[in-house]
Amino acid sequence: MDMKQYLEVFIEESKEHLQACNENLLALEKNPADLLLVSEIFRSAHTLKGMSATMGYEDIASLTHQMENVLDAIRSGNLPVTAGLLDVVFSAVDHLEEMVQSIEAGGDGKRDVSETVYHLKMIEKGEEIKADSEIAASLSVLAKPSKGLMYDDFEMTVIRQSREQGFNAYEVTVELREDCLLKAARVYMIFDVLEKAGEIVKAEPSVDQLEDEQFDNEFMVTLITVEQAAELEMKLLKVAEVNKVNVAEISERISGLEDAQEIEEAPISQIELVEVKPSSEVSESAAEPTSSGKLVNSTKTIRVNIERLDSLMNLFEELVIDRGRLESISNDLNNQALNETVEHMSRISGDLQSIILNMRMVQVETVFNRFPRMVRQLARDLKKQIRLEIVGADTELDRTVIDEIGDPLVHLLRNSIDHGIEAPDIRKANGKSEEGTIYLRAYHSGNHVFIEIQDDGAGIGKAKVLQKALASRIVTEKTAAELEDKQIYELIMASGFSTADRISDISGRGVGLDVVKTTIESLGGMIEIDSVEGEGSTFSIQLPLTLSIMAVMLIKIHNEKFAIPLSSIIVTAIVKKEDVLKAHNEMVIDYRGRIVPLLFLEDLFGVPGIPTEKDSYSVIIVRKGEKLAGLVVDSFIGQQEVVLKSLGNYLTNVFAISGATILGDGQVALIVDCNALIK
Amino acid sequence: MPTLETDLKVIVFQLIEKEYAIPVTHVRSIEKVQTITRVPNTPPYIKGVINLRGIVTPIIDLRIYFGFEEAPYSDLARLIIISAGDNEVGLIVDSANDVIDIPADSIEPPPEIVGGIETNYISGVAKIDDRLLMIIELQNILSAK
Repeated sequence: MDMKQYLEVFIEESKEHLQACNENLLALEKNPADLLLVSEIFRSAHTLKGMSATMGYEDIASLTHQMENVLDAIRSGNLPVTAGLLDVVFSAVDHLEEMVQSIEAGGDGKRDVSETVYHLKMIEKGEEIKADSEIAASLSVLAKPSKGLMYDDFEMTVIRQSREQGFNAYEVTVELREDCLLKAARVYMIFDVLEKAGEIVKAEPSVDQLEDEQFDNEFMVTLITVEQAAELEMKLLKVAEVNKVNVAEISERISGLEDAQEIEEAPISQIELVEVKPSSEVSESAAEPTSSGKLVNSTKTIRVNIERLDSLMNLFEELVIDRGRLESISNDLNNQALNETVEHMSRISGDLQSIILNMRMVQVETVFNRFPRMVRQLARDLKKQIRLEIVGADTELDRTVIDEIGDPLVHLLRNSIDHGIEAPDIRKANGKSEEGTIYLRAYHSGNHVFIEIQDDGAGIGKAKVLQKALASRIVTEKTAAELEDKQIYELIMASGFSTADRISDISGRGVGLDVVKTTIESLGGMIEIDSVEGEGSTFSIQLPLTLSIMAVMLIKIHNEKFAIPLSSIIVTAIVKKEDVLKAHNEMVIDYRGRIVPLLFLEDLFGVPGIPTEKDSYSVIIVRKGEKLAGLVVDSFIGQQEVVLKSLGNYLTNVFAISGATILGDGQVALIVDCNALIK
Repeated sequence: MPTLETDLKVIVFQLIEKEYAIPVTHVRSIEKVQTITRVPNTPPYIKGVINLRGIVTPIIDLRIYFGFEEAPYSDLARLIIISAGDNEVGLIVDSANDVIDIPADSIEPPPEIVGGIETNYISGVAKIDDRLLMIIELQNILSAK
């Protein structure tokens, strides 16, 4: 059967299940007694196993199978949830994620997961795996046997059974001389000797590879025989061009595995039970939402190509244009039935518009949800205690922005974890709680979305930054003296800058923050850094809601309409001519005690028309940061939500125009960029 | 008989009595002149932007672009929407009403005598019967002045 058509679905669904695993594991870590979570993870793993086995990804299937065994033991109360156990399960999920990624990238999804499988088996057996440092120790111990051969269930069974019948199981390592010319021939001769002596269970590299001479000088063969090790060694050394032979009993190493194997049999039968009676599992899962309410937020979705949404939006805009025409025709005809129908259609198309616009919006949660896992892992690697607080994960952003924002945020979080939050002992010495906190906040403000990463760590050392910047010639002595605090902080985003004393895996190579800055700027956003030494730093990213709904004030100057983003507007006012003052040859007004310069859009935009003398001005007071300006227009039309469109590639950098929008009557109105008007 | 490959299918348009040709492969559509929204602080030949089925498209007045005298648009005036690469712009011409095949062997390099600013934007001249068609080099127009 051709599986290609299912591959995409498989990858997407696998990702969803893995994400669910991750989330539930994190929740379980906080609340180890919650067996419902274990059931959730079990179900995800189980589905994943079924899918991957169908698709022929056996490594995923075997790993999830082991995970299931462990989870099932927890579920049935045979195993306690410990930090060590969670670590292993987390690493299993990591492996699964990487395998799925490899499949997505067109790979075969194969991966050496024997170590994790071995760990899972150990856990299942009941051996506690210690967290943190001890796990590292046990890892290094385990690293040695991994040099030997790994056996699958079948091979293990063969080895075990033959030993029960009094045979010897050996791992034979044969090293050929480096100048060996006919390696394949020697391999053949060695296999000949071995086959006479007993039965070959496994060869590493495989027999095919050995025959094709696809190995260096050494290979391993697992043999079951009645002969003794010394005897065998003698026989093998008689083969020409053999440099070294090592015949090792595998009983010691296997014994550990063997026990695991014996214990494994029980869970397998349990698994089979689960599989045999799926109906009971279904009823279980059906019963759970009512009891726990945990599944409520698992919404059903379909995937739609974003291009289709774009063309849907364009088609809809044409509809809006026709709607406008229809409205004016019905006004002219003044037929009641027609009027009512057109009105109804207008309402429906209004609803339709908001749905279409919202379809392109995605919650930042889709980006944020992978961070808790990442922070947990990094904190462990660095032996720091870090709590990640996420606020506003339901904030919506345009899909195009969401796709780009993930990597910069990862960089910033890593930066906060590595450089921001101090080690627990230092924190304690400084009178802080040992656990550092990183806040990840997202919120809307005007036409922008803000994402902030705030930590309560060491803050940015200004002196150190300056010193490094001078050393790496990012600034000169002269300019350094004139820099303000914020400008100094921004130096850390300069290319080739790193203040880390030592380079770690996590960050510190001086690439990263400059990439973050470039990425965010390419999205039309801004990044600001604020920091208090000893108290922490805040990285604040401002992002536009490009291609999304933008609230504007429509204004008229002679016969031309312009749109001014509401986010820039503070207030609109009618100012009497006598209230306009002159200062330094500039027209200014007094707005709540502040002197605000007036800008005549008519002149700035060279709007054709005959200037008329008026008694009062219609003024829109806009701001850029702390600065204000009063834009003088002819009249206000009103507030409207519009779709921001670019002027295209041909017209770039038009002064004070940030884009265009299509109004209900099909006309194009230009959107004024207030930031460019205020200097 | 010329093969299809050597034929150049073009849209013929008029600009002050002269005939020009644009390869049909670059032409997206031909539209009637509609309301154009002026874009301030742009060169005079950019008349502004229009809403072309939901896409904001810049409009160039080819008369001004070629250095001729500006004239009010008649009912015959058309917008030829052309695209090359990422750019899509509309050109205002006096009229556009013909699609013809130019045999490759009738295209000659532009003579120096033609003169005028538009010479920079002519890639060749074709003689069909008693008509003289100047073939527009789009790339030069689309890479802004």
